[in-house]
Amino acid sequence: MNASSGSENFVVFDRVQKSYDGETLVVKDLNLSVGKGEFLTMLGPSGSGKTTCLMMLAGFETATHGEILLGGQPINNIPPHKRGIGMVFQNYALFPHMTVAENLAFPLQVRNMSKSDQEAKVKRALDMVQMGDFGGRRPAQLSGGQQQRIALARALVFEPELVLMDEPLGALDKQLREHMQFEITNLAHNLGITTVYVTHDQTEALTMSDRVAVFDDGRIQQLAPPDELYEAPSNSFVAQFIGENNTLMGTVSKIDGDRAEVRLDDGEIIDTKPVNVSKVGERTLVSIRPERVEFNKERMTPGAHTIKAEVLEFIYMGDIYRTRLRVAGNEDFIIKTRNAPDQRRLQPGEQIEIGWRAEDCRALDA
Amino acid sequence: MTDNTAQTPAGPVLAADGRPLKASLNRALRAQKIRALLLIAPLLLFILITFILPIADMLFRSVENQIVRETLPRTVAAMEAWENHEEAPGEDVYAGLYIDLFEAAEFRRHTRVGSRLNYEMTGISSLFRQAGRGVGRFDTDLYTDQFTDLDTAWADYATWTGLMGDSAIRAALPETADSFDTWVRITIEANDDDPAEENIEDFVYFSLYRDLAGNGYSGSNALLSTAAEAVSSFDSLSIRDQFEELDEDWLNPELMETIWVYSPSYTPGYFLTAIDMQLSADGITAQPEDRQIYVTLFGRTLFMSLVIMGSCVLLGYPIAFLLANLPMRISNVLMILVLLPFWTSLLVRTSAWKVLLQQQGVINDILVWIGMVPDDARLQLINNQTGTIIAMTHILLPFMILPLYSVMQTIPPSYVRAAKSLGATDWTAFWRVYFPQSIPGIGAGCILVFILAIGYYITPELVGGRTGTFISNRIAYHISSSLNWGLAAALGSILLGVVLILYWIYDRIVGIDNVKLG
Repeated sequence: MNASSGSENFVVFDRVQKSYDGETLVVKDLNLSVGKGEFLTMLGPSGSGKTTCLMMLAGFETATHGEILLGGQPINNIPPHKRGIGMVFQNYALFPHMTVAENLAFPLQVRNMSKSDQEAKVKRALDMVQMGDFGGRRPAQLSGGQQQRIALARALVFEPELVLMDEPLGALDKQLREHMQFEITNLAHNLGITTVYVTHDQTEALTMSDRVAVFDDGRIQQLAPPDELYEAPSNSFVAQFIGENNTLMGTVSKIDGDRAEVRLDDGEIIDTKPVNVSKVGERTLVSIRPERVEFNKERMTPGAHTIKAEVLEFIYMGDIYRTRLRVAGNEDFIIKTRNAPDQRRLQPGEQIEIGWRAEDCRALDA
Repeated sequence: MTDNTAQTPAGPVLAADGRPLKASLNRALRAQKIRALLLIAPLLLFILITFILPIADMLFRSVENQIVRETLPRTVAAMEAWENHEEAPGEDVYAGLYIDLFEAAEFRRHTRVGSRLNYEMTGISSLFRQAGRGVGRFDTDLYTDQFTDLDTAWADYATWTGLMGDSAIRAALPETADSFDTWVRITIEANDDDPAEENIEDFVYFSLYRDLAGNGYSGSNALLSTAAEAVSSFDSLSIRDQFEELDEDWLNPELMETIWVYSPSYTPGYFLTAIDMQLSADGITAQPEDRQIYVTLFGRTLFMSLVIMGSCVLLGYPIAFLLANLPMRISNVLMILVLLPFWTSLLVRTSAWKVLLQQQGVINDILVWIGMVPDDARLQLINNQTGTIIAMTHILLPFMILPLYSVMQTIPPSYVRAAKSLGATDWTAFWRVYFPQSIPGIGAGCILVFILAIGYYITPELVGGRTGTFISNRIAYHISSSLNWGLAAALGSILLGVVLILYWIYDRIVGIDNVKLG
């Protein structure tokens, strides 16, 4: 590895653009570096360009403009089979006419590895995903989760430094998916491989990744670790895309350092943290997480603004209570409260006052 | 439900009303089944009447052979006693043949049995036709004259009905009784006359002579007793000589052998002919070399069908691959080009090939023009095997492309991508990952094309010439020209059998579950 490809820049997208029809750009000016050993997730709604990026990295699509570097080397002109990148596909793409062991041996065979080496590696890979006894089966005889593991083992068996995963858990049921999320991250971290993971499931992205790149409209909207992404979304798209989110529209009425007052459309004043607003009079979309809203007066910051709300609906969800309110004309304002012995259950029709810490309420672009 | 099952733990499961659950279920489903049956009934009847029954009839015809036994019953019965088959049989057989032929000629059935036997031995047909006229002119009136000279009552119809009304006399004179009944039947049914007003035919007196001369008469009838005493001094003739006089071929043991061999009601003869064998005195033997055509023809049909199938795979696979991998809009347009031949008449397409392939045709002209072929040695591309293979490959190609295409469409591109990402070159990815998954399509296409090709008729007929025809052309010839339906049926049955056997082998090797048409 040469000097320009430090461990911070193992995979580099340098001003990459992609167009299929010569009229619209699917990927617009993408700049991204992935560090060695990092687990990076590309998250975004369908059509946001994330899969296209992955396919360009794998070599199945060519970039219209810009360069992709792997370990410091430009790979634009290297065919896919010479890139040495492991890939897990959405529907696993296990070869149906081969047994599990043959599937795993395939990448080793095409590399002309000796039979004994092949067997040893296949066995090690199968053991790694706890599927040691399944070598003789056909993919069709395996459950979805088992197929997923085999696909993972196949992508890892030839010891690639980079593994790409294209929505690999999309076809599994919820419980299995959560289990596999855990397994994949563990495996990736234990083996120290660099992983680029594509998904549209935000929970997956948040729980698995070192960093998440949120895609929309062919651009990265925010590239940040999961906690930062959730708690400090840098624009309204990210705020709304990641997690549940309450939004209110208003106009900035006062800015004072990292505090800003926003006059909502019905005249009420709230405290916010200015993120994408810079001057008084600007229209803004205010975003606040449901679990950061407080209605218990004793726990509120003294002197902070509160606003009136009417309880519309109370939903018992076991570990939490979910209450729908009408706030400043918005009837979909949700608050979530932990189910604790001292927690009060709000009744529909009740008039309450709600408030929050100014730093939890972010004034974003309108 | 649980209560019931709990009460009868060992017995059958009962429904709520106490009846066995199975019976209740059957009753509930019966209405559905009847409805389903009624829905398919019209088609079922249609298929049964127009398809299954004719096929069954044809299969039956390939072994059916009642005509000889029905037309020549006395001959066949007499032949039971024929011992030395190296020589022509004795008088008894010819006596039977005389009466049989007389009766058959009157009912105009002798030509039919002649044609039937002519399939087995050329010349029999004309022999029978000639005999149909000849048997009436045999010199057997010798006996008629002698009997009527002895007693004029013998010419009287009433005398005969009197004698033949007595069962004891009938038993004593079996041949005479049979001949008289036959004559009465001929007179009434064949000639629409009144027996009482007609002269009794010579063959009845011939039979009477044979009975009386052979067995004598020991009964009480005076007329018969007199006649029985007189016959020993009658002039007699050999009916065998009469036949020899008619045509000496009648004394050919081979001819009589043919009648004997084909006398059973069911015969493997047609099937043997269809594989260039024949029934003869020594059992089953090979046909003479100059008459062996069917095995060669079957072999050629199989070989050419395989070649056509192979060329369809070679030509169709890349096209299907392209169609399956192009964007939908373009592949739909190309698909129309593939289907276009389907919308054109088969005859038109075949005729077009005639224009293209003939020696003064477009292809030869172009080859001569670019100098690849000298003008005086133009390629023979039609009226031979080449022509049949070219035209049939073109006509059957869509049957290969369509199943291939529909199977290839179901192969997700991610398989090839996965193979490439695992380090396989384009060729390895295709050969080890894509190709094995397209085999069901190849299998379906091959079965379709091969089975269609093996029974193809019109194209080989038009462009096949002498060397490029199929077994089906021969079957058609026997159906419509030589009218040897039995042989046609046997050839068709063998063809059906061959197809079924190949299908079975294919199932064993590839597995019919692996065949996908879409």
